[in-house]
Amino acid sequence: MNAPIILNTQHFDQPWTLENYLKVGGYQALRKVLTEKMSPDAIIAEVKASGLRGRGGAGFPTGLKWSFMPRNYQGEKYLVCNSDEGEPGTCKDRDILRYNPHMLIEGMAIAAYCMAVKTGYNYVHGEVFECYERMEAACEEARKAGYLGKNILGFDFEFDLHNHMGYGAYVCGEETALLESIEGKKGQPRFKPPFPASFGLYGKPTTINNTETFASIPYIIREGGKKFADIGVPNSGGVKLFSVSGHVNKPGNFEVPMGTPFRKLLEMAGGVRNGHKLKAVIPGGSSMPVLPGEIMMEVNMDYDALQKAGSYLGSGAIIVMDETTCMVKALERLSYFYHEESCGQCTPCREGTGWLYRIVHRIEHGEGRPEDLDLLLDLCNNIAGRTICALGDAAAWPVQGMLKHYRNEFEYHIEHKRCLV
Amino acid sequence: MLSQQITTLIDKELKKYPADQRQSAVMAALRFVQDEKGWIASADMADVAAYLGMPQMAVYEVATFYHMYNLKPMGKHTLTVCTNLSCQLCGSGDTLDHLNKRLGIGLGEVTPDGKYGLREGECMGACVDAPLLTINNKKMCGRLTSEKIDQILAELDKQ
Repeated sequence: MNAPIILNTQHFDQPWTLENYLKVGGYQALRKVLTEKMSPDAIIAEVKASGLRGRGGAGFPTGLKWSFMPRNYQGEKYLVCNSDEGEPGTCKDRDILRYNPHMLIEGMAIAAYCMAVKTGYNYVHGEVFECYERMEAACEEARKAGYLGKNILGFDFEFDLHNHMGYGAYVCGEETALLESIEGKKGQPRFKPPFPASFGLYGKPTTINNTETFASIPYIIREGGKKFADIGVPNSGGVKLFSVSGHVNKPGNFEVPMGTPFRKLLEMAGGVRNGHKLKAVIPGGSSMPVLPGEIMMEVNMDYDALQKAGSYLGSGAIIVMDETTCMVKALERLSYFYHEESCGQCTPCREGTGWLYRIVHRIEHGEGRPEDLDLLLDLCNNIAGRTICALGDAAAWPVQGMLKHYRNEFEYHIEHKRCLV
Repeated sequence: MLSQQITTLIDKELKKYPADQRQSAVMAALRFVQDEKGWIASADMADVAAYLGMPQMAVYEVATFYHMYNLKPMGKHTLTVCTNLSCQLCGSGDTLDHLNKRLGIGLGEVTPDGKYGLREGECMGACVDAPLLTINNKKMCGRLTSEKIDQILAELDKQ
């Protein structure tokens, strides 16, 4: 394995300190940008060359997103980091926040310089209070050392970063819901367009990226975009943090090159627990369609390979299920989640997620009807693509994936009123 | 009335946002109220609304939208157990059973002495440490076993 790029302070007793971050080349990229007076175009070109795509789940090319920010806009613009990590299975950003907060700060400062932004917000998932505290302390440390605030490193560049704590709403991971939340409102997604680059936080031009996306920036600037891209595979540049949870012996976060075989990641996570047989895997966070173990064992973890296999890379959260798992019960929990977290704004999602949950619930509890499976699929078709944000799709995809690969288990449940496993 | 301690904390939070965007501090303000009182009553929401200069209804909307606010007393130590998929696969059902047995309460309930409350949480973004719970939304405890839960309760009993 190569030395880690994102979690590169892990070998220290206190990986989160500024002192330790500086020992591994921290803030050199920011210094380079300021010293060489890199132009926004040059920075965006490096980010584009790196092949970096949004690490929150959507995979949108980062360099392209940055180029959407209006250059000549007179007035306040904002930079926002989405650390509202609540997609079941996903807990990679938490390790960046608590172990390498300065890398996030540096990445955001470079982005702020590139897009001429003076104020940034980092929206932290409410349940990880310890990470919020760590970020608050790191920002203070950075301010004192001249990496945030006015005249950063003695140059004519000003940027300050503030942390905003969420308080338990999955939908706030959706970028416009997150903006509403920072504005002190219910987290209900906005209709797009207008996109945040033209109408974002407080109605001002705003760029929002995921924590891991920002954390990838210092390396890209320091070492060059091409070097980052070459670590991965075509169309999936760089390294990625994968959270492996569920039925494995050693659950954890693993930083590996894009395109690493799933087989290898499973091995890094100690294999399936208790020597059990692998049954199924959700490869990119709970919203992504499940894939059978035998397909996963042949798949590489990159955008194209997973799409070809019938799912998506998403946030890189791998949920492993062994042969003892009842797929009906697993889906029941996920469907409950989307029902619970629907913001209620769009009828197909508000009503549809409730239908999905109640139907899967009755199948799980031995009250399913033979026509229920077609009804589920019909509902999915009436939710996905018919809502303001992607939560509708996120609720439908797990149902569709489960019925595609494990329909027999659902039929068995309906017929015999108990689990197949 | 909001206590001096709460308004001091809110004032500090307000510095993060533009001067004309006081509403941005509402989530933090409600959090500070809950930290001090254990839960948020309608009267507290009205106080927050007055302090931030926003409609009471808008504060109520926020307090009811985000799950981690307690809208009724939830005990001195509110234990929130994640039951989402990764936690379910790793035994959050056993975690809940053990807590039910030890505390004699179910989800959404508080022990008669007011010491413990039990809530169900959605994904807490720490799935590799499943199964897990949080204490008063502050401290996270992961890789729970019956023994570990007993230890946590023993620690909290002393407080």
